[in-house]
Amino acid sequence: MSGHDHGHDGVSRRKVLECMTWAGTGVLWTVTGGVPRSLGIIDSAQAATAAAPGMSFLQISDSHVGFDKPANPNALGTLEEAINKINAMPAKPSFMIHTGDITHLSKAAEFDNAERIISQSKLDVHYVPGEHDFLDEEVKFYRERYGRGTKGAGWYSFDAGGVHFIGLVNVVDLKAGGLGNLGAEQLAWLEDDLRGKSKSTPIVLFAHIPVWTVYPEWGWGTEDGGRALEYVKGFGSVTVLNGHIHQVMQKVEGNVTFHTARSTAFPQPAPGAARSPGPMKVEDAKLRAMLGVASINFKQNEQRLAIIDTPLQG
Amino acid sequence: MKTPNRRDIGFGFGLVLAAAILLPATHARADDVEVHIDNFVFQPAELKIKVGTTVTWTNRDDIPHTVVSAGKFRSKTLDTDDKFSFTFTNAGDYKYFCSLHPHMTGMIKVE
Repeated sequence: MSGHDHGHDGVSRRKVLECMTWAGTGVLWTVTGGVPRSLGIIDSAQAATAAAPGMSFLQISDSHVGFDKPANPNALGTLEEAINKINAMPAKPSFMIHTGDITHLSKAAEFDNAERIISQSKLDVHYVPGEHDFLDEEVKFYRERYGRGTKGAGWYSFDAGGVHFIGLVNVVDLKAGGLGNLGAEQLAWLEDDLRGKSKSTPIVLFAHIPVWTVYPEWGWGTEDGGRALEYVKGFGSVTVLNGHIHQVMQKVEGNVTFHTARSTAFPQPAPGAARSPGPMKVEDAKLRAMLGVASINFKQNEQRLAIIDTPLQG
Repeated sequence: MKTPNRRDIGFGFGLVLAAAILLPATHARADDVEVHIDNFVFQPAELKIKVGTTVTWTNRDDIPHTVVSAGKFRSKTLDTDDKFSFTFTNAGDYKYFCSLHPHMTGMIKVE
C-alpha cells in the first residue's frame, strides 16, 4: 500500500511505544488477537504470514458533520483537527475506515463538507453508513458517494495486507423495540463471503452500531449480530470495530476482540450514566480529550493487534 | 390548553363564546394533544384519545428522531424542535417507534 514504509519490520514494539508517546494520554492496548495454541493452527498461521510485513490502518467515526448544538457547535472543525492529527502521524497508515455517521442529517452539503475535509488525509477511505447517513428521503446521497461496488444497503469486503476486511451495515430495517439489524440477505452474503477462507486469515469486521451487545437499553447492540459472530468465530484472529457510541470500549472473547471508537464530533455518556445516550456537554477545555481517532497496527508474524486510541487533545 | 386564571376569565369566556359561534369546528382542537421527545423517550409513552384527535410530536433532543407506525404513519426526520402531526380518524391501537432509535417506542389508543 502506498505510503507504508515496508523497509521497517512492520510496526515494532518500539514504534508502537513511539506512537503512544505521540498519542499523549492515548490508550494503547495489545491483545492476543492471534490464534490460540489450543486450536493447534498457530504454526500454519505463522508460516503463512511470516514473510509478510506488518500493516496499520486508521479508524475514524461519527463525524456528524452538520451537528451544531452546544455539545460541539463546530463538528466540522473537530473533524478537521482529527485529519490534521492523522496527517502529522510519523508513519502513514495504509488506509482509513470510517464507521459511519459521517453526516448529521444526510444533507448534500454535509456530505460535501465531510468529503472536503476527509480527503485532505490523502488516504483511501472505506466507509460504512451510520443511521444519520440514511436520512435523505430517497436514501441516495450515501449510496451515490460511497456505495459503488457494494451489495445491498452498502456491505462489502476487501483484502489488505493479508487481512480480510468486511464492512457491514446494521442501520436499516430497524424494528420497533429492537436493536441494530443486519438482516437475512446480508448474513447470507457474509456466510458466503467467508466460505473457503483459510481459518488463519485474520478478519476485521467493521460496522456502525456495535455488533456485540453493549447496552440494549440504549439500543447499543445488533439484534442478529450473534449470527455474524457465529460465522467468524472459527477464525484464528477476529477484530470487530464499530462507532455509534462515541467512546472507547473493548472486550476480548476467545479469538474475537471488540473495540469501539471515539467520535470526532461529540462525546456520549457511559452506559446508564445519564438519562439518555444524547450528546454529552462537557467544558470546552475537556471536549478534545473526549474526541479522537484509533490507529490499528497489525503485525502478522506476531499475530498481535495493537489499537491506539488518540484523543484530539490529551 | 392553558387554563385561564381568574383575571383572564372574562376575556377567555368572550373568546370561547366567539369561537363557539363563528368556528364550531375548532371545538375539536381542545382535545388535540402533544407528545414530546426528551432524552430519547416519547412523553407520554402511552396516550388514550378519541377519534378525530390530532397528535403533535415535538423533538426536543439535540439528536434527530422519527415517528413511525408501520403502515399507518411515518414522519420525516425531525431535527431539534421539529414537529409532526397526525390526525387519528380510525379507532384502534397504534404502536409507533423511532426508526433511528428503535428502542424508543410509544402507543396511541384511539377510541
